[in-house]
Amino acid sequence: MYTQALNADESQRDQTLPAPDAAKLARFQAVIDAEDKIEPNDWMPDAYRRTLQRQISQHAHSEIIGMQPEGNWLTRAPSLKRKATLLAKIQDEAGHGLYLYSAAETLGLSREAYCDQLLSGKAKYSSIFNYPTLTWADMGAIGWLVDGAAIMNQIPLCRCSYGPYARAMIRICKEESFHQRQGYEIMVTLAHGTPAQKAMAQDALDRFWWPVLMMFGPSDKDSMHSADSTKWKIKRFSNDELRQKFIDATIPQGRYLGLTFPDPDLTFNDATGHWEHGVIDWSEFKRVLAGDGPCNRQRLKARQTAEAEGAWVRDAARAYAAKRSQRQATSQVAAE
Amino acid sequence: MTEIATPLWEVFIRNRSGLPHKHCGSVHAADATMALQAARDVYTRRGESVSLWVVPSSAIIASDPVDRDVLFEPTGSKIYRHPTFYDVPDEVGHM
Repeated sequence: MYTQALNADESQRDQTLPAPDAAKLARFQAVIDAEDKIEPNDWMPDAYRRTLQRQISQHAHSEIIGMQPEGNWLTRAPSLKRKATLLAKIQDEAGHGLYLYSAAETLGLSREAYCDQLLSGKAKYSSIFNYPTLTWADMGAIGWLVDGAAIMNQIPLCRCSYGPYARAMIRICKEESFHQRQGYEIMVTLAHGTPAQKAMAQDALDRFWWPVLMMFGPSDKDSMHSADSTKWKIKRFSNDELRQKFIDATIPQGRYLGLTFPDPDLTFNDATGHWEHGVIDWSEFKRVLAGDGPCNRQRLKARQTAEAEGAWVRDAARAYAAKRSQRQATSQVAAE
Repeated sequence: MTEIATPLWEVFIRNRSGLPHKHCGSVHAADATMALQAARDVYTRRGESVSLWVVPSSAIIASDPVDRDVLFEPTGSKIYRHPTFYDVPDEVGHM
């Protein structure tokens, strides 16, 4: 279950008993190899726990920070329909963040601890949300491309070996499909609209294409965490495999829009049946991830401000709850 | 941060199909009323639910994974608890 008290008990017991680590490890791996799930109070190696704490919380932070670029256009959506759908999408992002924090908390760290990691700048989140949303077409490009890339990444995570993460991902994937379709619909409308609207759609694609390809993470030959994650069935496909799947799925969609991709080296390989892309500028990826993207400071500042300005609301809610439970206790005593 | 942690609640939803309430996740809230409201906002955005339960996480008593074999293994050998254990003559037909 999700009670942290139980987790604490287990860690204490582990310290007092000389743990037969090799036997435990073998049993743990056997569960994973049998495609069974690891649940919160099951024994797990510290490295597995830490990997998931990091991955799930970064995923949660990304959803929460991801509300900002979209929120930028909420008051300027071109119609009531677009505004309603964008609002629903942003609410979903909040919901996804909360499902994920909820899953991350089962690994023995509190919500507050994870949030502090984000607010202090210690935790990372997806590099894509550090790019600005300059026009309405960016709402289309984000839904179509960013959410499309997220789906590619997230569908295999529905079978991740850690139960709470897998269950959260199943809910998220169901909802993410709406996000991608609403984004693509915006792109279709713009691409088939006036020349100015089509140019706006093309500009959004031009700016987001490369950052979206970077979302899948470094190339396999430079990726640090993959070996363990693969063995533990957290990660089922490599970064490059997922990136390839995404490109193969997306190019025909872009062609239908009559738009061009900002990659002169993009070619279809008849022998393999795959699209081949040009060289990704990994120095940009590293720069953005290290905090020097176009919007890193702005995104973090907005989060810190929201946290600080919401403090009185949380205080008031706690004070009210304390007062009510005190009154209840007093009236119970009086009745007895 | 010196702020006191907001309590954790487990959320259970029952969907239209008439199945029992099922655990779906957790929320943080200062009291039960706010926990219900938060659970509604987070877990029922698409008509998933006709009923919600929230339970303080600290109130849940869970079995220990270490005891799994002791608790659940004994039923494994009692195959006579399943209808397929019994032979019914073909002539009798479906039973």
